[in-house]
Amino acid sequence: MTDTQPKDTTESIIKITGMHKWYGDFHVLSDINLEVQHGERIVICGPSGSGKSTMIRCINRLEEHQQGQIIVNGTELTNDIKNIEKVRAEVGMVFQHFNLFPHLSIIENLTLGPIWVRKTPKKEAEELAMEYLEKVHIAEQAKKYPGQLSGGQQQRVAIARSLCMKPEVMLFDEPTSALDPEMIKEVLDVMIELAEEGMTMLVVTHEMGFAEKVADRVMFMDYGEIVEQNTPKEFFDNPQHDRTKLFLSQIL
Amino acid sequence: MNTPQQPSRAYLAAPIRKIGALAWFKDNLFNTWYNSLLTVLTLVGLWFIVPPFLKWAFIDSLWYSSAEACRDIEGACWSIVPNNIKFIILGFFPEGQEWRPILAMIMLLSLVFYSKERTRWNKRLGWFWAIGLIIMGSLMYGGLFGMPVVETAQWSGLPLTMMLSFFGMVAAYPLGVLLALGRRSKMPAIKTLCVVYIEMIRGVPLISLLFMSSILFPLFLPDGMTIDKVLRAQVAIILFTAAYIAEVVRGGLQAMPRGQYEAADSLGLNYRQTMRLIILPQALKIVIPPTVGILLSAFKDTSLVVIIALYDVLKTTKVTLSNPKWTGYSTEAYIFLAVLYFICCYAMSSYSRRLEKELHTGH
Ligand SMILES: Nc1ncnc2c1ncn2[C@@H]1O[C@H](COP(=O)(O)OP(=O)(O)O)[C@@H](O)[C@H]1O
Ligand SMILES: [Mg+2]
Repeated sequence: MTDTQPKDTTESIIKITGMHKWYGDFHVLSDINLEVQHGERIVICGPSGSGKSTMIRCINRLEEHQQGQIIVNGTELTNDIKNIEKVRAEVGMVFQHFNLFPHLSIIENLTLGPIWVRKTPKKEAEELAMEYLEKVHIAEQAKKYPGQLSGGQQQRVAIARSLCMKPEVMLFDEPTSALDPEMIKEVLDVMIELAEEGMTMLVVTHEMGFAEKVADRVMFMDYGEIVEQNTPKEFFDNPQHDRTKLFLSQIL
Repeated sequence: MNTPQQPSRAYLAAPIRKIGALAWFKDNLFNTWYNSLLTVLTLVGLWFIVPPFLKWAFIDSLWYSSAEACRDIEGACWSIVPNNIKFIILGFFPEGQEWRPILAMIMLLSLVFYSKERTRWNKRLGWFWAIGLIIMGSLMYGGLFGMPVVETAQWSGLPLTMMLSFFGMVAAYPLGVLLALGRRSKMPAIKTLCVVYIEMIRGVPLISLLFMSSILFPLFLPDGMTIDKVLRAQVAIILFTAAYIAEVVRGGLQAMPRGQYEAADSLGLNYRQTMRLIILPQALKIVIPPTVGILLSAFKDTSLVVIIALYDVLKTTKVTLSNPKWTGYSTEAYIFLAVLYFICCYAMSSYSRRLEKELHTGH
């Protein structure tokens, strides 16, 4: 598939222009403009209910936008179900509550996508899965079921499950918010390793240490708008907007 | 992983619980004055019922005798069962061919028993079933290898009951699942169709469906064309059971958290894959207990086919009782039948519990 042709790396991988979204009458996202380059790491923060989840969920069409344009890796998201499935296969997503498939073993969770979407032969898919489990330091749990793992382990499995699809972009929606404090680090470490390998990442999180360490850009959202974005250093040391200052004073 | 270190602190033994029969009686039967009263009343009631029943059933009873010998006794005449067992179980299946339905039933039970382990659920099992069903069909109908043809009108007794309920369940289940999915469909035409079907069928008793299949339906067929009566009853049972299964399955689908759909979507699975691989396996497992309830009533409801003149195992028992020789012994015959039904239903519900365990993945 995409591996055979050299990628046009000058083109941005995600391009959102003039995007609006409503839930019924509620204007939840207003005039979102965002361009993400290959290999870029973006951290999105903002108060609860500001539309962070909704925005990144629009990128793989878990939510539908009503106005504007979203182009992912050259494919525009419209009602065309084939395009949607194509984009979803190229974009990995990690959820706050892991959303592993509880009736499948860890290895089956990982091979499902490759086997059914990518049509990879089972044996090959299993080798791939083991490779990624190795990478998230959890290979010894391959035969277990999600219910037998701790939260941190489950989230690492969820990351590995997305990686098995060899995605171009990874979206993270508060991946550590549902975890006990002692498990947050093991998940963040995996995410940092991933960033160091050059994965394009959009991460909704309030882990500002993580943002400082890996982000190319930190973005602040409030009331459905992108209020400001900057390099981590500028963002934390020198916030421009009052709302950003207020938010930072509350969480730091 | 490294095992956690045992810290050096005192581990106390759990407090000793009261044990012994006396303590148990006190805790469970006489713990309050009204429980004590209930216990005493129950014991008195049992004293009046149990000994006379035991005397009737076991002490004054006859097990293997002629009908005449039974005239002189006080107790139960179980002899009605062994004397008529062939007719009760096999009905009008022709003389000398009895081995065929018996073999078919044994094959069916063995296949069901063999299928209970998850590790055996593979392609080979599918072939076993396909071949098994063909052999069972040939055994019942005949016409091959010198076995005389036995028309379906002569199929009766337990084989008929088992066939109607087994195929009723096996065919109604997938149909019910499709109806449940249809009812949740975003396409208005499909959704309406499924809702109307489910609500209509659930609003009508099985008896009237059976009547329709046997009296109304043939009126619409062109002259000279008939559809087998057993088949029509079978279809009516399937259509009826499917509507109930659909509603139970819909409940299971609604219990699925949204995150499961989202995770499947975000991997790029399409609707059919999502349903088949993620949603249905979990939803159907949740609804095993209510589904088994429906299947058990479907099994018992097959006895309603008597009203369209099919001879299931209940009807063959009644026919036996209409023989003047055995007329007085309906209690014994019906107790036997109740035990037979109970064994079947109990086996089915144990089987389902076993299935549930087999599918449990520790969450
Ligand atoms: N399915 C929905 N229907 C209606 N309103 C929703 C829905 N999902 C989210 N919202 C609302 O949209 C707003 C943004 O939600 P969300 O994107 O989840 O915020 P965040 O992730 O920043 O906390 C919130 O006010 C929320 O109540
Ligand atoms: Mg959120």
